[in-house]
Parts: sequence; C-alpha cells; structure tokens
Amino acid sequence: MTFLLTEDQEMLRDTAMAFARDELPVTHLRELRDSGANGKDPSTRQKLAELGFFGVIVPDEPGGETFGLVGLGQILEAQGRTLAATPLLQTALIGASVLQLGGSPAQQAEWLPKIAGGETTFALALDESAHFNPLNVATEAERNGQGYTINGEKRYVPDGHHADMLIVVARTFGEPGDRHGLSLFLVPANAKGVSIQELETVDSHGAAHITFTDVTVKEDALIGAADQGADILEPVLDRAAIGQAAEMLGSAQAAFDMTLEYLNNRKQFGQLIGSFQSLQHRAAKMFTELEMTRSCVAAALSAADEGKSDVAELASLAKARAGELVHLVSNECVQMHGGIGMTDVADPGLYMKRARVQEALYGSSSWHRDRYAKLNGY
Amino acid sequence: MADTAVDELDTFRAETRAWLEENCPPSMRTPMKDDEIVWGGRRGTFKNPDSKVWLDRMGEKGWTAPQWPKKYGGGGLTREQDRVLQEEMRRIRARPPLFSFGLWMFGPALLEFGNEEQKMRFIPDIVKGKIRWCQGYSEPGAGSDLAGLQTRCEDKGDHYLINGQKVWTSYADKADWIFCLVRTDTSVKHEGISFILFDMTSPGVEARPILLISGESPFCETFFTDVKVPKDQLVGKVNGGWEIAKRLLQFERSSISAGGFGGTGGSGILGPEEYAKQHIGTDSEGRILDGDLRGRIADHKMYAKAFNLTVQRQAEQAKAGQAVSHTASILKYGAAKMNQDRHELLIEALGTEGLGWEGEGFDSSAKKVTRQWLRSKGNSIEGGTSEINLNVISKRVLGLKDHQ
Repeated sequence: MTFLLTEDQEMLRDTAMAFARDELPVTHLRELRDSGANGKDPSTRQKLAELGFFGVIVPDEPGGETFGLVGLGQILEAQGRTLAATPLLQTALIGASVLQLGGSPAQQAEWLPKIAGGETTFALALDESAHFNPLNVATEAERNGQGYTINGEKRYVPDGHHADMLIVVARTFGEPGDRHGLSLFLVPANAKGVSIQELETVDSHGAAHITFTDVTVKEDALIGAADQGADILEPVLDRAAIGQAAEMLGSAQAAFDMTLEYLNNRKQFGQLIGSFQSLQHRAAKMFTELEMTRSCVAAALSAADEGKSDVAELASLAKARAGELVHLVSNECVQMHGGIGMTDVADPGLYMKRARVQEALYGSSSWHRDRYAKLNGY
Repeated sequence: MADTAVDELDTFRAETRAWLEENCPPSMRTPMKDDEIVWGGRRGTFKNPDSKVWLDRMGEKGWTAPQWPKKYGGGGLTREQDRVLQEEMRRIRARPPLFSFGLWMFGPALLEFGNEEQKMRFIPDIVKGKIRWCQGYSEPGAGSDLAGLQTRCEDKGDHYLINGQKVWTSYADKADWIFCLVRTDTSVKHEGISFILFDMTSPGVEARPILLISGESPFCETFFTDVKVPKDQLVGKVNGGWEIAKRLLQFERSSISAGGFGGTGGSGILGPEEYAKQHIGTDSEGRILDGDLRGRIADHKMYAKAFNLTVQRQAEQAKAGQAVSHTASILKYGAAKMNQDRHELLIEALGTEGLGWEGEGFDSSAKKVTRQWLRSKGNSIEGGTSEINLNVISKRVLGLKDHQ
C-alpha cells in the first residue's frame, strides 16, 4: 500500500482538478438546477468521454495497465469539490467493477468498451427502503423458459433517471435479508415493464424510483452465477463506498477552503472573524479531521487496487469518517458564514444539501461503524 | 546504480541480522516489563542484568541513535539502513535498549544548534546511556505561555549565575544533567531567552517529586539557588534560545505522537472491546450487548486507525521530499485525544472492576488501567496543551490572523 501517486496519476489529478474548476464549477450545478435539468447533462457526459474519464479503471486490452481506483478516486475527489453531477461513480466505478468482478468474457467484451468510451451509462438498482441494507432485497427474478422475469420496486436509484442500462439486484432464492439467493441482472432502462419515476432531490442531482413489472430478460442478462450475486455485490459496494468517500473528501475540502477564506475576510467588531479563538479552534479541528480522512481514503483506494484482504475494513473506515467529516464541515460552513450561509445565492447550503445525500449512499456512518465492529469481532 | 544500492542494503540486512542474533540476549527478546525499562544515567539501575549487556552492546555500535554521525558515537546509518535495523529488531522482538530524553529531544536539538565542542562532549554519553537528561522548560508562571519564563541567568564574567524555579520537570530527581530555558534579558520576551546546560549535582539545585492524581511521581518541582554554570555550557547565542526551544518542542511532540502515548500500554492490558465483551457480554452474533458503548468503541478504534494511517502517510510524504507543514501539532493533538478516549472507554468497559486502587480483590492489569486513565489526563496538557496546538494549527498552518 502506498499513499503516494504515480506520475501518471498525478497528471490525471491535475487534469481532473482543472476540468472541475473550469468546466464544472458550482455555478454549473446551479444552471442545471435552475433550468430543470435535474442532474441530466449530456454535454458534460460528452466532455468526460473525450477526456477518457469513463475508462480510468478499464484497460485498453485485457490485463493492461490502468490508472486504477486510485486514479478514479482523484477524479471523484475533484468533482466532489464542485458538487458536479456526473455519471462517473455509477458508470466508471460501479458499472465497470460489476462487469470486471462478475461479468462473463462475452459481457465484458460487449460492455467494457462502451463504458470506457462513454457510450453507455449504468445505474445500480439496489435499495428498496429508505436505508442502505444490501441484503434486504425483495425484488424477484423468476425463471421463465428463456431467462428471467423481474418484478419489484427500487427506491432512490442514483442516476436511475438518465442511465442507459440498469444493474438490478434481484432475489432468485430465499427471503429478504438472506445473503444467499441474490442475483445481478443487466436490464436496459427502456425495456418493456421498466417504469422510471424521476425524483427531484435536495442536492439537485436527481435520482429515480424504478418499478419492474414482468420485465423479461434473457439468460445472458445474468451477471455471474445465480443466487451468488452477493459475492460480486459486496466487493462492488466496498469500492462504491470508497469512491463515494473520495468524492466527499473533495466536497469537505472545498467547503472548508470556502469557510477559511470567509474567516480571513469577514470583519465584525473591527476584527477579522478568523481572529476569534472560538472559530480558530473549530477550524483547526476540522483541518485535523480532513487530514485524517484523507489518509483513510488514500489507504482504501490503494488497498482496493492491490486487492488487499482488509479492503472491506478500510472501505468502512473511509466511508464512515468521510461521512462524519462532510457532515461537520458542511454544517460549520453554513454556521461560520452566518446569515449569508442561509441564503440560496451563497454556496454553503449547496454543500450541505449534497453532503446529506453523500452520507446516505452506500451506507451511513453508523452503518459502517457497525460493520467495522463486526469485522473486528465485537 | 539503484541495483548496487539494493545489493548493499541486502548485505547490510544480513550483517545486521547476524549481529543481532549474536548480541541480543534472549531475555531482551521478550515483551518489555515496566520495571525493566532502562533510562541509563550515572545512577541507572538494571533489574535484569541482560538489559545492561544489551545497552552496552547497542551503545558501543551507536545503534541507540542509528542515524547520528559516527564521530559523535552515533551509528552513522542512512535512513534506509536505519529502517532495515528497525525491521530486523522487530523481527526478533528486540526491546529498545534505552529510553532517553537525550535521544528523543535534546540530542537532535544539540546536533542542530550546538557547537563542535559541545557535540563532542555531550552526544557520545547520550548514545551510550551514561548521562540521563531532564528538561527544564515549564515554570509556575509559564505553562502554555512558555516564553513568560522568569528563571534568571546573570552573566558574572567567568560564569553564569542561575536563580529560579522549574516545574513539571520529568524525572528531575533521577536525571544527571538538565537542558534548561533561562532568562538572560528581562526587557524583552522571546528574544531574552537562552538555552543552557548544567549538572544536576551542582550546588544550589534541588528537585522535589510531585505526587499526581495517579498516585505516581514522574514529575518534579526543581529549584535553582545561585547555581554557577560555566560559560561554555550555553547553547547557541545568548538570547537566541527560543528558536532552539521551539525546535526541541517539535521533536518532543513528534516523539509523543509517534509513541501515541504508549499505544496499547503493553503489560497485559487489553483493548476496550475485549473488556466490554468480558464484563458486559455478547449476543449470539458476538456483538457487545451494550450497543451504545459498542458504537463508541468502534468510533474510537476508527479514529485510532485513521491516526495511524496519517502517521504513515506523513512519513511517506516526508521521505518523498513533499512538504509536510507543522504536522507535529496535528499529530500531538490527535494522539492526546486518542489516548484519553481509549482510557475513558477502558474504564467504562471495566465497570467497577476498573475502580480499584490498591491491594487484593482487583485484577492487576485493571488496577494499572485505573492509574493510566488518570495519567492520560495529562496528555492534553504536557508538551503543549491541546488548545496551544490548535492555536499553532490555526495560525501557522491555516494562516488565520491574530486579534488586532
């Protein structure tokens, strides 16, 4: 495991930071919000494809070199800084990972190039209640003559309102809560029986509730072995949590930088408010939390690339600590900006709104604390 | 060229391994016992005679201070060789041969600020553990505001004359020499401080141990009455001591945070999760029955993991030549919080079993936890309070301004 970037990863990071700053500033999210686009942004998708960002963990040829999850983490962190709504986490990380870890050679050959080129976007349709609980799947996939028939309801699917393909977690055996009996299916978003209810969400990124009514898929839509889907899903969710944590780190860093700048400019009682010790100490504590979370995210990304045995533990560590960090920093960002922080025209509120979505996806801090304890035998 | 370097390092590893095999006594390869820690010095005691053999052999090689220059008795190793040495020592679970403020704090500062004669005179005895040093910093009126110190040092022509009082002087009653901050100019604050060294057996020096809430006395009040000090024992320039003092504090904060205030505490003390399992019980899936305590233990363990990863990350970045600014303050702050949280959780998980003081009826490791819990309250006070460290972070790292 290393905390240092390679030269190539360093360059990728610089490119991603510059792209987020120049092409996807927070004002861009405001435009998407105010125009009613609800996170749908075809022109950004095009630019991301041109930069090659969709294919960061997909080698040109099987077994070839990539920037790895460490590289993708740099991009996600960069887009977290400006709250950018992009399909990268769902497609470049989750979609690619599902296919790499569980896809057949034929599925990989068909879909990985389309992911890398930005031609096809994906969304993982997993949650069925308001809380992350990956084994609590009631959606059923029943065998029919040529394949499966899927029935069920998924809630708050990120990118579900604009993805081309859905990765549906369904039950082929057992009861909700059972680990055995889950299966993963590739389902086109425009398949017959798929009904997508677009959601307007607090962070202006949007999402979708998706209902599956007698949706039929062929045998080749199954990813990996039937009933064994958890074996693919769990490592994918670890990666998703780590990627989400990287994005949160970026958001927290940006909210912190914005706060620091305000502390260094705003005057009251004839003094810069940043000269007041009560604010200085809170800023210093946030900074130590930022530095510690940065270490956790870097360690988790690197461990995932190297396939270390402690990826799950580090994923929970990174997601839980990033969740607490972005929660704290986004709240302090609003508070330290005072009245201006309550206005829509200022950015702190946008960071706070996005933070709560980031915190909820792929397991809240308390979910991951619980898992961390379990993994460590208590 | 890189290959040559790798070959040389392999050779060094083989030689080191062989030397350690031959020279590290078997009893020095067992976990350290509290009463066998070696602090050296003129009055140093060795409860286990092997620990003297081990110190003498390591000191002779300079491996108590592996990276210090050979001409001052150090090991003269490169950073990579030192890493290999540490790895090889860990491999056989070798105990550190010497605990020493000279090694951790004073030596590094003297190598940076001392003159040649001072280095030749003092460094070799630190390496060999012959002289035990203590630190004369805090005073009754100068704690967090260290630069407010009042101990006077007057120039009497052929010597200095020192009058005043220090407090929280760690092991002053056991130390041979002191490195001490004194006031050589009363008209200015920071610019009137000098850094001076003297023998604790000098006439006019008196050290009185202070009894702490933990029942132990690691610190002293130290009084100086007309103490005569030769002029060649002042380090750096007259009135130039504050710069040395600050640098030394960085070494102090780093050594505190690197040790994490003792981490597991050694000697049979378990983690809070183990005591909770033992005294509270678990459900059918092995979870601690008190869910709230379990969550707080997990939170603490994650903080500790994040802290350790941060120490590793900063070491890697420093090694790669990347700027790491004022990390000592960040880590000192984090280490204090971590160790205090840990001990609060230990006490909570132990329940009444953690509330024994002396005598029979309590597990001996539990009684140790009780004492360590009380001692840990000092972690956010000593070596710069947590509040002072937050000041350092906000001003020097974040660039926030002072009140006008």
